[in-house]
Amino acid sequence: MPTAADYIRILPEIVLSVWGIIVMFIEPILPEGISRKGLGIFSAFGALVAIAATAYQAQPQFAGFGFGNMLHVDHFSIFFHLVVLLVALATILMSLDYLPFQKIDHGEYYALILLGSVGMCLMSSAVELVLIFIALEISSIASYILAGFRRHAAESAESSMKYFLLGSFATAFFLYGVALLYGATGSTNVFDIAAKLGGAGRIEPLAYVAVALIFTGLGFKVACAPFHIWTPDVYEGAPSPVVAFMSTAPKAAAFAVLIRLVIDTASPHWFWVIWIAAILSMCVGNLGAILQSNVKRMLAYSSIAHAGYLMVAFASASNRELGISAAMFYSAAYAAMNVGAFAVITQMAGSGERFSQIDDYSGLGKRSPMLAAALTFFLLSLIGIPITGGFFAKFYVFSAALRTHLIWLTIIGVANSGMGSYYYLRLIVRMYMYESRNEEPAPKVRFGVAMAIAISLIATLWLGVLPNAVLHYTQGAPTILASH
Amino acid sequence: MNLSTLNPWILTLTTFLPALGALLIAILPRRDRDIRWFAMAISVITLLLSLHLPFHYGDVPLAGSGSFAYEQNLRWITNPNIHYHIGIDGISLWLVLLTTFLVPFCVLASWKSIRDRVKEFFILLLVLETAMIGVFIALDLFLFYFFWEATLIPMALIIGIFGHQRRVYAAVKFFLYTMIASVFMLAAIIWLYAQSGTFDFTDIQHKIATGAIALPGQTALWLFLGFFVAFAVKVPLFPLHTWLPDAHVEAPTAGSVLLAGVLLKMGTYGLLRFNIGLFPAEAHRNAPWIITLAIIGIVYGALVALVQPNMKKLVAYSSVSHLGFVVLGIYSFTQAGMTGAVYQMLNHGISTGALFLLLGMVYDRRHTYEIKDYGGLATPMPVYATLFLLITLSSIGLPLMNGFVGEFLILSGAFQAKALYGIIAASGVIWSAFYMLWLYQRVFYGTITNPVNTTLHDANLRERCILWPLAALALVMGVFPSFWMNSIDASVASILGAQNGAPSAQALQVTVNTVLK
Repeated sequence: MPTAADYIRILPEIVLSVWGIIVMFIEPILPEGISRKGLGIFSAFGALVAIAATAYQAQPQFAGFGFGNMLHVDHFSIFFHLVVLLVALATILMSLDYLPFQKIDHGEYYALILLGSVGMCLMSSAVELVLIFIALEISSIASYILAGFRRHAAESAESSMKYFLLGSFATAFFLYGVALLYGATGSTNVFDIAAKLGGAGRIEPLAYVAVALIFTGLGFKVACAPFHIWTPDVYEGAPSPVVAFMSTAPKAAAFAVLIRLVIDTASPHWFWVIWIAAILSMCVGNLGAILQSNVKRMLAYSSIAHAGYLMVAFASASNRELGISAAMFYSAAYAAMNVGAFAVITQMAGSGERFSQIDDYSGLGKRSPMLAAALTFFLLSLIGIPITGGFFAKFYVFSAALRTHLIWLTIIGVANSGMGSYYYLRLIVRMYMYESRNEEPAPKVRFGVAMAIAISLIATLWLGVLPNAVLHYTQGAPTILASH
Repeated sequence: MNLSTLNPWILTLTTFLPALGALLIAILPRRDRDIRWFAMAISVITLLLSLHLPFHYGDVPLAGSGSFAYEQNLRWITNPNIHYHIGIDGISLWLVLLTTFLVPFCVLASWKSIRDRVKEFFILLLVLETAMIGVFIALDLFLFYFFWEATLIPMALIIGIFGHQRRVYAAVKFFLYTMIASVFMLAAIIWLYAQSGTFDFTDIQHKIATGAIALPGQTALWLFLGFFVAFAVKVPLFPLHTWLPDAHVEAPTAGSVLLAGVLLKMGTYGLLRFNIGLFPAEAHRNAPWIITLAIIGIVYGALVALVQPNMKKLVAYSSVSHLGFVVLGIYSFTQAGMTGAVYQMLNHGISTGALFLLLGMVYDRRHTYEIKDYGGLATPMPVYATLFLLITLSSIGLPLMNGFVGEFLILSGAFQAKALYGIIAASGVIWSAFYMLWLYQRVFYGTITNPVNTTLHDANLRERCILWPLAALALVMGVFPSFWMNSIDASVASILGAQNGAPSAQALQVTVNTVLK
């Protein structure tokens, strides 16, 4: 029988589900044509309550397994809960005025974000492959629908369709891998599998196949090369706040799953797979981004590159503590800066997302200095310039790599990071050094977007200047992960 | 009040005051006049604060972790082990002062010439000042890299937003060159941390010297090169100099002044402090080809400067030549050469900074840098012409001017290292007289060919306030070098002493003193 403590171990998920269902119930009752902003604010409140629930859950007496061996509450899961929930909160806030402006003001949007977050939160605490699979599906299906939410725009439908088809394919790979892994090890519990595969003995060839299939499935979700093909098209068509959401939260969750699986199940066997995926992602992402003229496509390629940097942390998993903590820190920093960048893009989009070319940002520095300054800050963080979270995250990842003597990976990584600065810089150059082509005054920055930008800005700055607390927390995570 | 109570916090105050000022400007309303005065006040207060440094430099005996004064060492991040560790020695002391000294002039020079987005300009300028000072005082490698990269953005934006026609190209080129080169330094810094568990400069230096950090095979060479490439691009050393003429020509006056005056010195400072400080053996081993590049730079820079039709480009190429001298002095590994190199860094900052300020003044009047557009300016602008001549003489190293002291010491160091180095490099002195005096002749003498030039008004009060102090300082530094030399000499001796063993360094110091007298 589940105990009360078991329910507390899924308290954030419960809160989110209840809130999502209430929103779903209210939406059809509200007459057509009435603003759904109230529902949005209600959902934002739900995300806040879920954050509070996570904080409550973080008390030491709730750490450990819940519902038999289905999930495991630890530093690690709480950290990723907070990342996902903060991203969800920022996304809801930036959507408040975006949706009516794009004439797609429907309440189920907010419900989908909340319910998608349930899946993502669960992914970070689940330690049972079947539960991980269910969580992955919950999160993916919400993302598929959200990607097509600008329903009268053809590119949005295309985005949703592509994401759905390729995504289901990838999920099938994952499921197949889970089945084979069960065959190879006789268990679906991550810790049992880790114990079986992590030992010194020979491991079954079947396990290698299983690992490869699982990696394919998760590689798709985190958009690492060579499973990245979908990313630019999907990001281009999906609504900007949705891209902010799905380029960070599901990715962080999928990385959480990867960390649990890769680092604790026989990391040496994964090593070359990760090494190659890291280098491919960095190179493909950065080279691809240079060629783009659309901001969202450019940031899509940039997200591939950043998945590559994160993979570098995985490759350093032979130093377990450092690898895990670097990957966690990077996920958080990437979430903060990317959500911030997309919040500005959301504000800039214009009706029907007309203004998404790099040219459209010409002269933004003059038209709206604050927005331009904020976007510049986020782009500098993506480049990895000091005082931003992006800098410290990159630094930390590469220092983990060098600690484990991955010299070539580091050199290729830093060279990529130098190369990558070009395309971010191009956007900054457009904003400040070109004259504006478009004399239309930028729409007024409303409260919601301003809050979303402020949250991201503070998070990015905090991670860059005073990373001590977060670092300390991530450094505590691996030891707790191990003590099962 | 006893001013020495300021000692523990003075460096931090000096460093972050400009950034604080920038923050305040950001909240100030957009009234250009107020912003200019406010920026001026901040930069002058920073200068006054920094003047505390040389006068209390000897207050605390330089003991503890090495030979650094005003040290402050606070824990910043626990794991990885990063400290806010700052301090200055006789070398960085003067570079900090050079920075704080040049910025108020940059503010004055931008008074009229920056009309658009004044607020942004002064924010960037003050943030840049903080980052530049930070580079010279950081004693923790992470902190150093932090400030190093932080200089990049404001400078690139100053060039790109406030520069001339091809500003965007120049800004992007400047950014990419420096960014790509510095990530390799980052890799080297992280490698050192991975091996030693610390970012502290003195700790790492000690650990490398005692062999506590194992540097198997070619590792030391790769690390040396990782640092070297970042600094060589910044200096810039031939053949990595191609960003410099573009950046200088396109930058607004204040940008050029700080670029030439301070940012280039960050490169030579890095070579001295980190390349030689951390990897002395590698530095010695690689000195021949580095000196060769430096000498090529001296001659090549001078020859290219000679044929430039554009005044600003001419001065930019002259920087390549002058900085070649500095690198030559550093890698001569002689007391005289190194001391001269440090002194020449200051001289170049003053004279080339002043040259860019001078050029900016005629540009404000005529909006052109082409030499052929001028001629005979001595008649309508006598005061300006006089000051230009003084600075020209300082730049070409005429005896009694500051340039002479630096170049003389560098050349005598080069001769001590190898006569051939000295002989070829000395030709650079002749070239520099050639191109500068020819420039002067074409711009100021002769008849006025373009009637517009007859109506030019002479330097006004604001401009004289900029130029006289710089010219006076150039003269004072030429006549009383000992005020600067004492602290520089001691710090250079301690750097050299760490390499060769103390006695030889002391012996060399005697040579310097005799040379100076």
